[in-house]
Amino acid sequence: MPLLNVQNLRVAFHTRNGVVRAVSGVSLNVDKGQTVGIVGESGSGKSVTCYSMMGLIPMPPGRIEGGTAMFDGIDLLKLSAAEMRRIRGKRIAMIFQDPMTSLNPYLRVSTQLIEPLQIHQGLSKKAALPHAIQAMAEVGIKNPEERIRQYPHEFSGGMRQRVMIAMSLITRPELLIADEPTTALDVTIQKQVLELIKERQRSLGTAVIFITHDLAVVSEVCDYVNVMYAGRLVEAAPVADLFRRPRHAYTRALMRSIPALQPKGGTLYTIPGMPPDLSKLGPGCAFRVRNVEHGDRCLTDRDPELVEIEPGHWVQNCPGCMERSAA
Amino acid sequence: MTATAEEIDDSIRGRSLWQDAWARLRRNRLAVLCMVLLTGIIFTCFIGPWFCPWNPEIQNLKLRATPPGTMETLTEASWVNHGGTAEEWRELTNGGANPQKRRHWFGTDTLGRDLLARTLRGGQVSLMVGLVATLVALIIGVAYGAAAGYAGGRTDDIMMRAVDTLRALPFMIFVILLTTMFEKNLLLIFLAIGAVEWLTMARIVRAQVLGLARQEFVDAARSLGLQPGRIIFRHIVPNVLGPVIVYATLTVPAVMLLEAGLSFLGLGVQAPDSSWGTLIDDGATNMESFWWLLVFPSAFFSLTLFCLNFAGDGLRDALDVKSAKD
Repeated sequence: MPLLNVQNLRVAFHTRNGVVRAVSGVSLNVDKGQTVGIVGESGSGKSVTCYSMMGLIPMPPGRIEGGTAMFDGIDLLKLSAAEMRRIRGKRIAMIFQDPMTSLNPYLRVSTQLIEPLQIHQGLSKKAALPHAIQAMAEVGIKNPEERIRQYPHEFSGGMRQRVMIAMSLITRPELLIADEPTTALDVTIQKQVLELIKERQRSLGTAVIFITHDLAVVSEVCDYVNVMYAGRLVEAAPVADLFRRPRHAYTRALMRSIPALQPKGGTLYTIPGMPPDLSKLGPGCAFRVRNVEHGDRCLTDRDPELVEIEPGHWVQNCPGCMERSAA
Repeated sequence: MTATAEEIDDSIRGRSLWQDAWARLRRNRLAVLCMVLLTGIIFTCFIGPWFCPWNPEIQNLKLRATPPGTMETLTEASWVNHGGTAEEWRELTNGGANPQKRRHWFGTDTLGRDLLARTLRGGQVSLMVGLVATLVALIIGVAYGAAAGYAGGRTDDIMMRAVDTLRALPFMIFVILLTTMFEKNLLLIFLAIGAVEWLTMARIVRAQVLGLARQEFVDAARSLGLQPGRIIFRHIVPNVLGPVIVYATLTVPAVMLLEAGLSFLGLGVQAPDSSWGTLIDDGATNMESFWWLLVFPSAFFSLTLFCLNFAGDGLRDALDVKSAKD
């Protein structure tokens, strides 16, 4: 049985400018100890998918309109606020994008680190402190006894992200949701933080959902990848399969946009156009206007469905997107 | 020069944003001077009466409206009247051998009461009204504003419209109603002023919290499973304390002015008790003949307001880095 099984999750935001269907029918699986990536452009619904599982989207205007998210036999979407609080931070933890703003500037790092232990394990400040110091040491912060008494602004960005990782893993959660944890860091630090997450994951056996728009990161850390576009999954496959044989035009376009894989000196490839406005999305393949391969053959009258074309490899069955490009 | 081991050890202890602000505040000479003066005034008002031989409420009809510096020869009766004991009197006078004289440094008022004693007592009342009413405003305002800002949406709308409605009530009519319906006393003034001042505080806090509640560290706190109350008071409130402290320091003089205004109109502190407001009122009526009745209480009052305002300005510069000049 998978640790987390999301079925047909639908989330919408009811705004003054209409209903924004941020997530329309997403299903995904996370096994124990597995790393699952969710990839897509900004606004493709990857963060909203995870935030709504955690009960963290603002409601209103947000509304979960359907689906289930079974976590170890419990449907996260049906829990009361109090029940959800007992799972958040204890069994499912999160890391955020910007380590500069995800720690409270007015509280000592120690105060923030021991908070999960205080509320989830009922430890006193005194009893929790050694655990917090150990957690700091485990994420590679030198002098943890002294550094823990400092304030967030006295840490560099990379160090803060390490503190965040220590904080999220201090209760030994079974699932860690990492929302673009390396986006705000520079490349060398990105590498260190990725290594750290992988190392902590191995030693604790935590499953990780990795939200990112960086395919290089995905290839490095993930076992399985879900590609999202306009609030839907367009392709989902084991990482090796996906990189060897991307079946959806959007996945291929994303791969073409990786700067490192492009010839030097040329103009960087970008996907033409913008992601569609999710409040005005009609039926049909959402990628058709940006599909430079065979956009003319994309579905226009009905939504494409996910089909399993090989064991474990799912793709939206839109004729224009599944077609192999001639080039 | 190389750093010694102790210095390095010291540097790693952690320096909070509060400590930074304190360092900035200390560099602001005017603000520091004002805070020192203010402390001096507070000490004088609350400790001074112990060293003043006169009781602020005892009249001496033989010495009505005497100028500053007038001497009064004491009798045993007047000594006891002003709060002394018969034994002390016997000891002091040594059985009539040492006649006792005391000076009225600020003169006396139209009923022969010592003006220094009355000014100090008035200061106690005015400062207490200022501090207590501000504290009341602070507690209600921060709790209400933070709750509204954090909840957001419709709850926020309803809560803030309630504030707007209260704000629209004419304050003076509200106070006159209160004072005519109930007996006039100090507690009522605290309540009336506090009930009005918290509205602005709530608005300030709510606006700040509205922005803070969408910050990532609040999401992080929520993702750790913290309860809303804990998030508001442990994570959000420390972040709004800067503007709150500044506003509170500027509220104290506003409240004191309000109290003075009420007392001036006869709605505030009731005789024989005094506040700076009632003393100034008294002085203003008699200012053509007895200038000291106006000058001394007004001097204390103005100096206090002046100091509070400059201390508040200094705090704002120290706590709000963005608006600082340098």
